[in-house]
Amino acid sequence: MSTEPTTVDAVPEIDAYDGHVEDGHKHGMTDKEYVIVAFTLSLMTAAEVTLTYMSLPGWFFLTCLFVLMALKFTTVVSRFMHLKFDNKIFSWLFYSGLILAVFVYAAALATFKFFIPPGS
Amino acid sequence: MADTVVHEEATAPEPDTPVGGEHHIEFASGGWAVDDGHHHTTTGLSNNKLAMWMFLGSECLLFGGLISTYMLYRGRHEGSPSPDQLYNIPLTSVSSFVLLMSSLTMVLAVSAAQRHDDRNTSTWLTVTALLGATFVGAQVFEFTHFVHEGLGFTTNLFGSSFFTLTGFHGVHVTVGIIMLMSLVAMINRTQFHGNKAEVVELIGLYWHFVDIVWIVIFTLVYLIPS
Repeated sequence: MSTEPTTVDAVPEIDAYDGHVEDGHKHGMTDKEYVIVAFTLSLMTAAEVTLTYMSLPGWFFLTCLFVLMALKFTTVVSRFMHLKFDNKIFSWLFYSGLILAVFVYAAALATFKFFIPPGS
Repeated sequence: MADTVVHEEATAPEPDTPVGGEHHIEFASGGWAVDDGHHHTTTGLSNNKLAMWMFLGSECLLFGGLISTYMLYRGRHEGSPSPDQLYNIPLTSVSSFVLLMSSLTMVLAVSAAQRHDDRNTSTWLTVTALLGATFVGAQVFEFTHFVHEGLGFTTNLFGSSFFTLTGFHGVHVTVGIIMLMSLVAMINRTQFHGNKAEVVELIGLYWHFVDIVWIVIFTLVYLIPS
């Protein structure tokens, strides 16, 4: 094994603490874009609340609510928490905990027959 | 970027081996590391940030357990009004909006910190803390209303699981407010040692996590009828 100096060429400059590539914008979003994202999240929340006051079929209502919830969740995680622009290791750490939680508790609820409608 | 970490096997070079380019490869703390001018870590990433993401991943399990318990027991409301009779959706919607806006002000604080703009960082952090306090205030009002309606912590399983879930979330928001105000005090007294932008970002990650947990609670607890 050589102890000759190793050269790492053509590597973009690395951000001081979080591994972001410096391109003039730390996370690829401006303050104005953050405001637009927040406005979109507010609209989605308003849509969720509006759905509860409408007489919709149960399955359609639940599907819409879950889709909106998932969209809001991923928007905050990817944009405000910068996972979209950050190193993938952070995404793995967070989503592995989240996915583990979903599976563990889905299994736990299944053992209590939570997903079986009463009387069936 | 982790891709830029160069791994060597077997023999390690002497410390301070000169290397070319912007990135220096050193033998530090028993492993290879990229010297990015600030941290010497085996991944080239901030250990603080890795720890925060790992903590948030574990928090998913904590809140997953509390949400599952609530889902299981929300129908067990013997001796008290049902959830549908108790919940005040307009009030909860407004407090959800307030918490969502606090995420915006938090991300603006992070953005200001990265520009080394201390004045705006302090301002946005203070606004975030105030919005968080508004949310906690609404939650206290809601809890008081529920107790007056006859739903206490030990009234039934629904009450226990509801107060535990939303109470834990409220405690997380309160801890976040304390961290935000401590940070503002440290910035204003210029007693800050270390990477200010990183600390603001780490507290921001915690704050956004509290927000995403509420996104789930708002839908599963308040909007879906029992």
